[in-house]
Amino acid sequence: MTVKTLKIDDIDVAIAAGSTILQAAQEASIPIPTLCHLEGLTPVAACRMCMVEIEGTSKLFPACVTEVGEGMVVSTNTPKLQGYRRMNVELLFAEGNHVCAICVANDNCELQDLAVEVGIDHSRFPYQFPKRSIDLSHPQFGIDHNRCILCTRCVRVCDEVEGAHVWDVAQRGSACHITSGMDQPWGEVSACTSCGKCVDACPTGAIFHKGETTGEKQRDREKLAFLMNAREHQQWTR
Amino acid sequence: MDKIRFATAWLAGCSGCHMSFLDLDEWLIELAQRVEVVYSPVACDLKDYPENVDVCLVEGGVANQDNLELAHQIRDRTKILVSFGDCAVTANVPGMRNMLGGSDPVLKRAYLELADSGAQLPHAPGIVPDLLDQVLPLHQVIPVDIYMPGCPPSADRIKATLEPLLRGEMPQMAGRDMIKFG
Amino acid sequence: MDIAELHEIAQQARDRRKPTRIRCCTAAGCLSSGAAAVKTELAQAVKTAGLEDQVEVCSVGCMRFCGHGPLVAVDPSDTLYAAVTPTDAPSILTALNGGKATAAQADPNHPFFAQQQPIVLENSGLINPESIDDYIAAGGYEPLHHALTELTPEETLDEVTRSGLRGRGGGGYPTGLKWATVAKMPAGQKYVICNADEGDPGAFMDRSVLESDPHRILEGMAIAGYAIGANHGFIYVRAEYPLAIQRLKKAIQQAKRYALLGSQIFDAAFDFKIDIRIGAGAFVCGEETALMHSIQGQRGTPRPRPPYPAESGLWGCPTLINNVETLANIPAILRHGGDWYAGIGTETSKGTKVFALTGNITHTGLIEVPMGTPLRQIVADMGGGVPDGGRVKAVQTGGPSGGCIPAHLLDTPVEYESLQALGTIMGSGGMIVMDDHTSMVEIARFYMDFCKGESCGKCVPCRAGTVQLYDLLTQIMAGEATREDLDQLEALSAMVKDMSLCGLGQTAPNPVVSTLKYFKQEYLDLLLPASNRSGAPTVATLS
Repeated sequence: MTVKTLKIDDIDVAIAAGSTILQAAQEASIPIPTLCHLEGLTPVAACRMCMVEIEGTSKLFPACVTEVGEGMVVSTNTPKLQGYRRMNVELLFAEGNHVCAICVANDNCELQDLAVEVGIDHSRFPYQFPKRSIDLSHPQFGIDHNRCILCTRCVRVCDEVEGAHVWDVAQRGSACHITSGMDQPWGEVSACTSCGKCVDACPTGAIFHKGETTGEKQRDREKLAFLMNAREHQQWTR
Repeated sequence: MDKIRFATAWLAGCSGCHMSFLDLDEWLIELAQRVEVVYSPVACDLKDYPENVDVCLVEGGVANQDNLELAHQIRDRTKILVSFGDCAVTANVPGMRNMLGGSDPVLKRAYLELADSGAQLPHAPGIVPDLLDQVLPLHQVIPVDIYMPGCPPSADRIKATLEPLLRGEMPQMAGRDMIKFG
Repeated sequence: MDIAELHEIAQQARDRRKPTRIRCCTAAGCLSSGAAAVKTELAQAVKTAGLEDQVEVCSVGCMRFCGHGPLVAVDPSDTLYAAVTPTDAPSILTALNGGKATAAQADPNHPFFAQQQPIVLENSGLINPESIDDYIAAGGYEPLHHALTELTPEETLDEVTRSGLRGRGGGGYPTGLKWATVAKMPAGQKYVICNADEGDPGAFMDRSVLESDPHRILEGMAIAGYAIGANHGFIYVRAEYPLAIQRLKKAIQQAKRYALLGSQIFDAAFDFKIDIRIGAGAFVCGEETALMHSIQGQRGTPRPRPPYPAESGLWGCPTLINNVETLANIPAILRHGGDWYAGIGTETSKGTKVFALTGNITHTGLIEVPMGTPLRQIVADMGGGVPDGGRVKAVQTGGPSGGCIPAHLLDTPVEYESLQALGTIMGSGGMIVMDDHTSMVEIARFYMDFCKGESCGKCVPCRAGTVQLYDLLTQIMAGEATREDLDQLEALSAMVKDMSLCGLGQTAPNPVVSTLKYFKQEYLDLLLPASNRSGAPTVATLS
């Protein structure tokens, strides 16, 4: 195994070649905000929260998919990145209908946490108030598109872990939305095994257990971590 | 030194932020000694917003003509305007009517489609203020100096915002305790 | 098929020609203004005059003077008729014997034509795009024969490297280097893709090449396949180009019949087949990773690079993606040699570039000029400037990813680097001329509207940022924006550029940035006075 050494925020890190900057930062306990990333799923670099600066280029790089290089000098929290990340989260709040006060995921939401982390006390971008739908056709779960940030974790967890591929993305641009089956109501999708992994993976209150009310959303992230670990390392104990 | 001229105002919101303000309990007595309350739905009987206000907490989004006029009046007559609670900061629950489109579909939905009996649109010019097409966060209508999100902001958050102001300093609106929505 | 057969086909095609040829443009531009009826009437007129033995009426590709179509040219008299109607047909025949044609004549020696240097377009307007024999008679497929029988793949690649050719899709990446990267990947399944998903507003270069000289693309792809060790090519062409698709299909059939595509081409140990994949109307599918997803039958969204397609492309195999115009240069480079090509153009930008000249310009059409030609020469001399004596205000290049060049910088030569220095890009070749009456803020808004509609929605800055940029530009246009809003526009432009996942988002703010750079006063003039900074949203929202 080859090892690469690099500097992240002035901290020296040594890590196996082929690792990502995000993994290297985690190893050194340097926090890099993420949103679409979920351990064990194919990274898509879509949310752009984990963008970092690398010395010697003016481009920014997504830490979740950029491999470490020998002698790399990475900055994860420059004023420029802070400014961009705040705008990025504001854009998410402005494009959906995120009403924290009445959301199942209130106080248990990665988007809400990120807003605090990047220092959003208000959105400088006007809210779009899009007209979006809610699908409650599934007997156990619901999806509220108003709260969806299109991280596609549900799409990937269903496809890659459960192997059912119930979810996908339809349309483009601001009309993009998560769709189930052949653009059917969720409850009519026969491929759905009702495993609930999408509920566990969803960072916001978009996919939830029916019956949960404000602030009551339950997620079993450890179940996902267990499954990934079991598959990769054949360790089947929890 | 003159006392700080303090006000609170209530636009399109549920008054929960004001209830939370009342949760300040005994600190309210301290506050009362250090400020002169010149306008407030919970602490003052004056009906007109006065001139030369130092600090005003404004609860609620801007949803109708009256809200709009009062917002402008407050801005013109206030030094430090605090956007008070999620409705003022994000339009929050009142803003959920924006998804229906303009004011007409909203009125039809509320007064015709959902009416139990006697369905009719409210029409009382000069008495019932006209709805704006969209409920807007305060800062989309007037400049805001401090944003205090929360639904409602806790009494602790309100106190932590006001205390520096009483000392003539700006509060640090950062961290989970101060700016978490909801 | 061997070289003798190829020469025989060429000779027979030449022998079939009649002393007088009336060439009718049947590319999309002229067809849309009635070229089909013109051609029918001309054929009828030949019949009526009993001149079938001496005169042939043939379909050819684009004659480039697109704004003045339908175009008809007569050989060998070198006469060019413009805006021909069916009723002009008999008089065009009369004119063969000294009569007077009712159709207007265009000057084939006009700078629009005289200052062009056709390489990519060398056959365009001269041969019948639906006849492989015509292409062979013009020397077609000889370069492929040369490569397959006289050069090794390495030598073939070397010609391209020495030519200095750079990607014509807009990026300007050295073509030889791209080929070499794929060639160096371990042997195994590899692919060649021709990116014909031309989507910039105002751009029709690639369309014209595909409609006028489709075999050229097939030949370029086959040569590329030979050089890099690929046996399978895909042409990804947008559905909005039905004529191009039809002609490509026909060309592939013809090439297969002559064994110029298929197994053991020219008896060499080289197989190559080409399939067409039709786009479904997404601009983002011009981005190479989105394009590959689309070919694989998946949702057309980009993915982060690396890995680059050269390493992991179609179905994980090494893949070469070149744009139409890049590939169209290849047969000429193999025919005349890389050194010949490198002798054209400038130090860093070799060869020629095709531009689609549109907008407020007298002569709309296609031009192919050597790299280094000053913009002023293209716009003023060749294009004839703004009609009715108006003044050029700016020239837009690079479409939604590009920028505006103000009139005072028109002496800039057309090169990858010089255009980049001005804050725009070469792009694929759309060139839109704007006159004094154009609002630059409106232009920026137009392109932002385009980008927000074409964003695939995968990454946040592009999906949501373009919407907010568009709204800000709308607010500015409506005179309801403040200085703070303008600052917000600039800040968000920088963010969307730096943070987006693919080229679409990364370049979407360019029209804003470049108009702000050269025409900031137009933005400032639209702002509300500073004292009125709270006035904007309220007026607009009263019920």
